[in-house]
Amino acid sequence: MVTTGVWRLGYASRFFLYLLAHSGTAFRRFRLTVREVYFAGVLSLIIILVSGLFVGMVLGLQGYDTLQRYGSSEALGVLVALSLVRELGPVVAGLLFASRAGSAITAEIGLMKATEQLSAMEMMAVDPIARVVAPRFWGGVLSMPLLAALFSAMGIFGGYLVGVVLIGVDEGAFWSQMQAAVDVRNDILNGVIKSVVFGVAVTLIAVFEGYDAVPTAEGVSGATTRTVVTSSLAILALDFVLTALMFTGGA
Amino acid sequence: MADPAAIAQIEDLTFAYGRAPVLHGIDLEIPRGKVVAIMGQSGCGKTTLLRIIAAALLPTRGRARVLGQVTGELDRDGLYALRRRMGMLYQFGALFTDMTVFDNVAFQMREHTDLPEDAIRDLVLLKLEAVGLRGAAPLMPAELSGGMARRVALARAIALDPELILYDEPFTGLDPIALGVIARLVRQLNDALGATAVIVTHDVAETLPLVDYVYFMADGRVVAQGTPAEVRRSGVPFVEQFVSGATDGPVPFHYPAAGYPADLGLAGSA
Repeated sequence: MVTTGVWRLGYASRFFLYLLAHSGTAFRRFRLTVREVYFAGVLSLIIILVSGLFVGMVLGLQGYDTLQRYGSSEALGVLVALSLVRELGPVVAGLLFASRAGSAITAEIGLMKATEQLSAMEMMAVDPIARVVAPRFWGGVLSMPLLAALFSAMGIFGGYLVGVVLIGVDEGAFWSQMQAAVDVRNDILNGVIKSVVFGVAVTLIAVFEGYDAVPTAEGVSGATTRTVVTSSLAILALDFVLTALMFTGGA
Repeated sequence: MADPAAIAQIEDLTFAYGRAPVLHGIDLEIPRGKVVAIMGQSGCGKTTLLRIIAAALLPTRGRARVLGQVTGELDRDGLYALRRRMGMLYQFGALFTDMTVFDNVAFQMREHTDLPEDAIRDLVLLKLEAVGLRGAAPLMPAELSGGMARRVALARAIALDPELILYDEPFTGLDPIALGVIARLVRQLNDALGATAVIVTHDVAETLPLVDYVYFMADGRVVAQGTPAEVRRSGVPFVEQFVSGATDGPVPFHYPAAGYPADLGLAGSA
């Protein structure tokens, strides 16, 4: 099992390099990629926005509960914003993206393989990786940072709803302390970098599992499961690595 | 001596997916302008052979020369250039499910030519008219019946007027009317385009009246060949059983098993 895993990892790496080398079509015929941004990004909006709202509201509640013990309830805005922008935005949006868009991409490519559409395309002298896989890859990579940003924005709004509107934290303190504490370079940019890295990881896993799926019903089902599981683990592992690199706790 | 007029020549071809060979020392020729059938049981290697002619697979040993090129010597660009001169019809059509019938037929024209959209439109409608489905142009593949899907796939396969058209089990799973339509189209299009057709099938009744030459395969080898009339008279036991559809003969009815009485546990059997 280990040898198969290592072999597969090597195959996936070569696949990734081939994909990058043949991404010309995805950019020259940008309409193909835009279509995929719609299917991966726009159709994920509802789940991202609603989840962002709820996560933000919970952050507001939990954050207030802890902060008010130390008389620091005015720092609620800071807490909500930093948690979202640095961590929860990229990570949770990434996990949601993997389960909604990642599995859809895997299933679509896997089914195209199972119904011989990829084979037929190859027979028509059109490279399926350039025509089918690459636009989906770049569509996912472009969508992911945007979705993470929207998630964080909705979350901050959710935190505002709970903290200021519901509980009664001072509105001025909420926003002004947030503005002071959240730094564009250290916090927001790092969050964006994380979401780009997650986007690449999740979408790469999704397209690879679809392309490599066994062309049967069980094969496609196994591939979509693997996409969600592997993407989720990859996001959490990469999050640790990136956080360790970016936020060294002043050391 | 190999016939230079042949569009495809298979010379002493052996092919294995893994370790066990699927094709053993095949020698085959596809004469230009003819409709040739490759027949045999499921699993005899005929689809694999078709894939080798289509240059989708490369021989393990031996040579496949198609449209004047040896497939094993081509690089990726060479392979793609070769495939642009061929058309392939897959068993279930393999239409692109996210595009309309029109876009499916227009696909190759848009990808490989710089034709303006109105020229493409006229060509697509021409191809669809040839298969009798011009009115189905705006439909999605999911809205088509099996027979209609296969006809659209045929229109797509001939989109760039290929010199060689390959059919993978074109008659499987069709009702008698659709069967007759596809059979007629295969012949008509071949004659109209001046193309060569290779049909992989096990439908004897529909195929023998249609084709000019037949190769019979069993267990990865060519066991008989000739015109349909020659083949019917061949006297090769496998061919006779295949053509007549007899349940027992060189291909046995029973899968190999232990002795029947012993299996049932009858007394007096060892």
